[in-house]
Order: sequence, then structure tokens, then C-alpha cells
Amino acid sequence: MRIAPFLISTAATAGLVFVLNSALPIGKTKTPRLGYFLSPQQGFWQNAEASNASFSGNIKLEGLKSKVDVFMDERLVPHIYAQTDLDAYYVQGFIHAKFRLWQMEFQTYVAAGRLSEIAGPERLNIDLFFRRLGMVYGAEQTMQRMEKDHVMQATVDAYTEGVNAYIKSLKPEEIPFEYKLMDYKPEAWTPLKTYLFLMYMSYDLTGSGAKQDLKMSNAKNYLGYEAFEQLFPNVQDSLDPIIPKGTPFLKPSIVPIAPKDVDSPYLNKSIYSSSVESPITPNRNNGSNNWVVAGKKTASGRPILCNDPHLGLNLPSLWYEVQINTPTHNTYGASFPGSPAVIIGFNDSIAWGVTNAGRDVLDYYEVQFKDTSMQEYWYNGEWKKAELRLETIKVKGKPDVNEYIAMTDMGPVMYDRHYKSDTIHPQYLAVKWTATKAGTGLKTFYKLNRAKNFDDYQKAIADWSCPGQNFAFASKSGDIAIKQQGSFVARWKRQGDFIMPGIDSTYQWQGMIPESENPMIKNPERGWVSSANQKATDSTYPYYLGTSNNFPVYRGVMINKRLSVMNGITTMDMQFLQNENFDVFAEMARPVLLKNINVSKLTTTEKKYVDIMRDWNFRNEVTAQGATVFNAIWDSLENVVWEDDFKNAKSPMPWPDGSTLLDNLLKNNNYRFADNVNTTDKIETIEDDVMEAVKKASVYLEQLEKDKKLDWGIVKDTRVSHLLQLPALSRLHLPIGGGKNCVNATTSAHGPSWRMIVHMTDYTEAYGVYPGGQSGNPGSKFYDNFIDSWVAGKYFKLLFLSKENATKNEKIKWHLTFTNG
Amino acid sequence: MKFITAIFLTAFLAFAIGLFTTLPWWSFVITSFLVAMGIHQKSGKAFLSGFLGLFILWTLLAIIKDFSNEHILAIKVAKILPLGGSYWILIFVTGLIGGLVSGLAAISGSTARKN
Repeated sequence: MRIAPFLISTAATAGLVFVLNSALPIGKTKTPRLGYFLSPQQGFWQNAEASNASFSGNIKLEGLKSKVDVFMDERLVPHIYAQTDLDAYYVQGFIHAKFRLWQMEFQTYVAAGRLSEIAGPERLNIDLFFRRLGMVYGAEQTMQRMEKDHVMQATVDAYTEGVNAYIKSLKPEEIPFEYKLMDYKPEAWTPLKTYLFLMYMSYDLTGSGAKQDLKMSNAKNYLGYEAFEQLFPNVQDSLDPIIPKGTPFLKPSIVPIAPKDVDSPYLNKSIYSSSVESPITPNRNNGSNNWVVAGKKTASGRPILCNDPHLGLNLPSLWYEVQINTPTHNTYGASFPGSPAVIIGFNDSIAWGVTNAGRDVLDYYEVQFKDTSMQEYWYNGEWKKAELRLETIKVKGKPDVNEYIAMTDMGPVMYDRHYKSDTIHPQYLAVKWTATKAGTGLKTFYKLNRAKNFDDYQKAIADWSCPGQNFAFASKSGDIAIKQQGSFVARWKRQGDFIMPGIDSTYQWQGMIPESENPMIKNPERGWVSSANQKATDSTYPYYLGTSNNFPVYRGVMINKRLSVMNGITTMDMQFLQNENFDVFAEMARPVLLKNINVSKLTTTEKKYVDIMRDWNFRNEVTAQGATVFNAIWDSLENVVWEDDFKNAKSPMPWPDGSTLLDNLLKNNNYRFADNVNTTDKIETIEDDVMEAVKKASVYLEQLEKDKKLDWGIVKDTRVSHLLQLPALSRLHLPIGGGKNCVNATTSAHGPSWRMIVHMTDYTEAYGVYPGGQSGNPGSKFYDNFIDSWVAGKYFKLLFLSKENATKNEKIKWHLTFTNG
Repeated sequence: MKFITAIFLTAFLAFAIGLFTTLPWWSFVITSFLVAMGIHQKSGKAFLSGFLGLFILWTLLAIIKDFSNEHILAIKVAKILPLGGSYWILIFVTGLIGGLVSGLAAISGSTARKN
């Protein structure tokens, strides 16, 4: 033995192995453990799925009651045929995990405030935010309630077992790609994770109040209530509500009464202000379209139901298509990996679709604690005990972070001296949020999956509490309906729009609106129902619906305008409508802009852009330069009008909604906010503002044109990003039109996340597409194979098969069987 | 002959021990060490046969995976790492890493034996 060379080479080997076995820091991120990651027998190469891979097989699952057949079609959609419901959910859990395990788990890490555990201390802010908002607490509340319902408990348990059976069957080299990239391992699924995921959806669809109420409080304090009322009004002139105007409503069973002193501390300038910026906010455009046309308006004489929920566009997609067939039901649609049953879809008798109601169900209350230990708070003239809830956050590579959150009757104290103490006044804010009040959400979908008629639909959604949704409905027997359902607070005007005092019951919720008084319409004379996140009703509805800037107004206008003139409707017509790029907001706004543009005062370049806008046909097509110009001028106008009014504000504030500015420009020749408060020698007019906007926009547009980016599709630059925001795993620069005010509400990273059209013919004719693919594996050709069709506005015909047809359908490519063993 | 045998044996044993995926990815360090100890060559040659054994094995396994996958994943990974999105470079780097570790282990093996 040659000692020295031996020692040196051994040390070199060990050193190299050590380096290749470590995650090395590069900038803010870390490399995977390169040796492991690149090892062909263990690392990422194992996730490179053969393009001719077979998905057939026999799988033995412990506890299965009888054999389950799963037929996979050419798009990798599973059609599950089981003898019992629990077997079906068991297998659904297994299949979800087989194709989407990493995503399922990652989403629950986000919801549970556990990102730092896998991603390190940079994500601690988001984790703290979610923990303190009560996400885990809320999921626990829901779980406790659902476990009292034996059917639902058994359903979630069966699903959980399915997920875990898959995780157990995984060999180390088979774990999904992202685990290898980030170097961690899947853990067991639990029912709580399912509820955490659903809690995340509640957050995504109703959580904007967590930021908005603080910002609105700031705006009210800064502007004064009178100006605030003008800038954040409760009316929108263009509103075409979900329930047609003139529909009578029941007399309210609750008449909430505003506190006597509401004018002084609450509505007028008060000490409440906050400079808190939340680390994460739901996208403002989270919304959706749904509509149903009755048989009298369709070519076939049967209803057609359409739905396209607008959410953040991600890979792997939020949605996963599935058909579930058991003796109790036969249902097809989009499911959530992480939850049993179908969320949006249809069965042999009915179809349903949802859009977000947008109602405010999250409020802040100021809490007065006896001292900084937060053990007692003052309420209705006495000290009440607050429990301290411990949330332990594990942080990768760092010690655990222990958060103590005071729990009051109003809800968790989100902000206290320890969390954001120096930037917020008052110091203690409790969050009261219907999402944490133990709903039975999953049960609604469970029942909808099995509903046979209108009565079943009504019963299914009656208990739905959060997030409030507009449930559209169609049945083969010809009924159509829509109902805004949720647990909604009976509010006095402006209640909960700002931070409220929490020292007694004066400002507390006085009751929830009874389910029977929620806006609903069945088989209306006009022959269709629709919703697009606009206000549900006109002002004759006896309850306060909330500030207008929670409710986008123009998509609804467009949908109703189109549907009102359509007859003999076919599914093809509905496909075109879902992909409609006409911008009704621009149609209303352009005349006001043009009226106020004095062409003689423009340079040649500015004039050129105004001409492009003038010649534009209001369609936000990929190549439409007019759309780019219009949006640039409008955005500049908002800047010119509002910037001076908000410039000196030290705390974050929302700007008024586009509809507020447009309504005022259409109504007033002299708009008081047109004046630039910074110029004392002059009172600016609307014309001055529009001219300035054109000049500002032209500078920007010239630059775009130089970079050859004037086409709307290029400026908008739609992408579908991987959940880790890695460009290599995302689809970027997609050539798709649309915009936030179009029916095709596609913006840069947000838009129709699932388009579905269901024709209620005897043999259900249904179409669907989502921007993703059935496999969550970036190494599979099924990872993003629907995206091009989605971009092109094309649909897949959905295979809704009886079991005997499934065995012989030519589009069925693979057969998986599950047996007990 | 020794040289070729060493390469072949290094690759074969690395593949075999690699089938036990609960073991760490670098388990072939042991087999490459043993091969170099068993088939004695000078350090330089031992390194080269150790290197080539793993380089060939890992390159080959990567190519098989990559071509049946139509490069879908390799192109993505080659953008993340970043290797300019080239699957060939990624395959080469894969082979290189396996080869270097194995080659060093082989020197160890070769020097562990009495002359």
C-alpha cells in the first residue's frame, strides 16, 4: 500500500462525493445535490417518461371492497368504474397522487404555512401570514365538523388511503421530479391536508379582504369619507346584475342597524391606519364566467351550460379531469388534486358550474388587550380570556420559529405587537372570516355529483358557506337556474369595509343572511342565466353587497348582451362566446377619450397612436395594436387623474376602480378629481388629463414599437408558470388574445383555468379544455399538451362513457385494474 | 485486456449496485474501488478505466432514458442547471460526474494494494 497516494486519492474521492452530495448555493437559490440529481438510476433521468409509456397494469390495494376498473383515454383522463363510492374515492386518491403528487403536497405546504420547511427562510413571511390569518385553524375547524358526518368522513378517509397507498408503492427513484430538484421527500397524506387545500381555495377567492380592508381604511382616513364615497362608490352605472333588474326580492328577515356613533370614529377620519403590505394577495382578477341557456334558445331544444373559472394559470394545473362511475352516480368533470369528487362538471341528469361571488366575508376588529401578554381582552364591559395558539414553523437550515397567536371570539389576532407591530395602528387586529367558521364545503360537491334534478341541486348547495359562489345549473329535464350561495353577513352599509372597533358587540355581525334570501333565479323568462362576478342584484336587494370595486362589471354586460340576441344556439356558438375577445369597456371608454383629444395639439407620433386606437375594432386579438394603444392611454389617464390625489399618502391605498373613472367621465364634464392638486395656478379639466395621458402613453408606445412589441399578444405576454416559477418548466409567451374585461379574461398569468360546455342532450355532449395536461410530471408529454388547444380556443370532446362502452371505445388507450390484496 | 476488463467490470458492478435504489447514489465508489484493487493497474490507467466505466454507463443510461423521452425533460433540466438547454451537454455532464467519482475511487483502489 502506498500510503500517501492512497490517502490523497481517498480524501479526493470523499471530498468530491461530499460536494456532489450537497446542495450548493448559487445566489439566492441552491443547486440540487448534483450527483444524486444526475444519477441515471436515482435522479431526474428516472422521471423522463418514455413517450410510448403504457399506463396499463394491475394494482393491488389493501382494503378495496371489489375490483375497480380505470380506463385511461388518449388524453390520459381516467374513467373510474367502481362498485362502491368509497372504492371510487380510494382509487381517485391513488390516481391523483400517481399523476399529481408533488403539486398536491406543495399546495398544502403553502396553505399550511410550511413553505420555509422546504424552501428556506426566504418564504417565512408568507408562512407567517397564512398561519396568522388562521389557515390551519380554519382547516381544523372544518375537519372537526366534517368528521361528525360519517359519510363525508369515510369519503375523505378513503381518498386519503388511496393517496397513501400510492406514496407507499413509490420506489425511491420514482418520486416526482420536483422532490429531487428541491431535495425532500413526500410525506403521508392526511384528511387535514384535504381541508387545508380547500381552505386555500377559500383564501384565493375571499382572502383579498385581508389586505383590502386595511387599504380601504387608509384611503378613507386620507381622503375623508365624502371624497371616499365618490371614489369608492357602491353603484356602477353599467351594472347588469346576475339577477335581472326588476326581479322582486323577499322581505329581509334581518335588518342590520348601523351603530349610532358610526359617523364619528368609524366613517370619518380616525386613527386607524396601516402600512402593512401582505406578502401575498389573491389576484384581483380571480373570477369566472358561467351561463346557461334554456332549451328555447338552443338549436336542440335542450339547455347548454358553460363555465370558465378564472384563476392563476399554473403548471401543474389546479384541475384534473376525471370520470367517476359507481352504482350511485356517473359524473365527469374537473377535480382538484387533493380533494375527492368532481368540483365542476356534470352527471347523467344535471350539470353545474361556479363563479366567485366576490362578497366581503373577512373583517378586521381592533382588540384591546389588558397588557402585552394578550391573555385578556376588553369586550362588552369585561375582561375576556384569549387563548394563545402556538404555531411552530420549521425552517430549512434554521431553528424553528414559534408563533403565539391570541385567539378571540372574533377570530385569531393576526396583527399584534410582535407581528408588524411598528407599522400598524392600532396594534391588535383580529380577523373575523367565514372561512374559519367550520363549513361543510366538500359535502356540496359530493351531493352535486349525485344530484338528479333542481331540488337536489338546491339541497346540495344550501349548506355551502365559503367561498361564496354563483352556482349555475342545468338539467336534462330542461330546468336552468343560478343561485349566489354562501354564508353572507347581513351588513349595514359600509360595515366591514374598514377596520372596526372590537371592544363590544356594537360593530359585530348582527346575523347571517338566511340561505333562502340569497339571490336566486330559476327558468327566467329571458331564457338564460349568467354570472361574471358582477354584483348579484340591483339596489332593490335588501342587503348591502359591498364596495363596487370588488365586482368587475364589464364581462357580465358583454355576456348578457350577446346572449340576449342569440337564438338557435349550438355548442359551437358557446365555444366562440367563451373565447370572445371583444372589450366592452373599451367600446364605452374610447368615445370619451376621443372626445377629449384635441388632435391639432398632438405631434405626428401621438396622432399616429390615436389613429391606431380610433381604427381599432375593440377586439383584443393577438395582433391588435389598437388594444395596446387603448390600454396604454387608459392606464396613463388613471395615473394622471389619481396620482396627485394619492401621492402624499404614506400608507398603501387602493386606486379607484376603472368603472368609477369611466362612469364619471361619461356623466360629468367637470370632474373634480381631474384637477391636479399640485398645480395651484390652474384647474385641470378632463381634456387636459386625457391630452396628458395621450402624451405620456405615446412615449411608452414609441418604445414598444421600437422593440417590435406593439401587438397586444406580445405586450400582454401570457404565460402558464410552474408552481416554483421556474421558466424552464413553464410555458411562456403564449399567443392568446383577451383581457380582463373580455369574456376571454386571459391576462398575463391569469385567465380561464378550465373551459367547459355541457349540452344536456340524451347522450351528454360536452367539451372542455384547460391550460395544462393530466400529468404533473415535467418529463411527460402529457404535462402541458392541452395548452396549444387552449391558446387556440379549441376544445376536446369529453368522453362520457358507460362501462361497456369504455371497454370498446377506440379513444381508450390503457386499462388499469385495482384489486384487493 | 486488463484495461478493458476493468472498464467493463466497473460499469457492470456500478449498474448492479445501482439497482438497489435505497442505497446512496455514490455506492459505486465501493465497487469501483474493489475493481481497481482486484485488477491491478498503474494509478493513471486505473483512473482511466474507473472513469470510463462510469462515464460509459451513465451516458448510456441517460441516452436510453432521454431518447425514449424525446428529450422533453433533459431540455428543461439543461435550462435549469443551466446548460443552455442542450440535452447532449447534460448527458455529457452526467457521464463526467459519474466518471470523475469512479476514477478517483479507482486510484484509491489501485494504491490500496501492495506493489
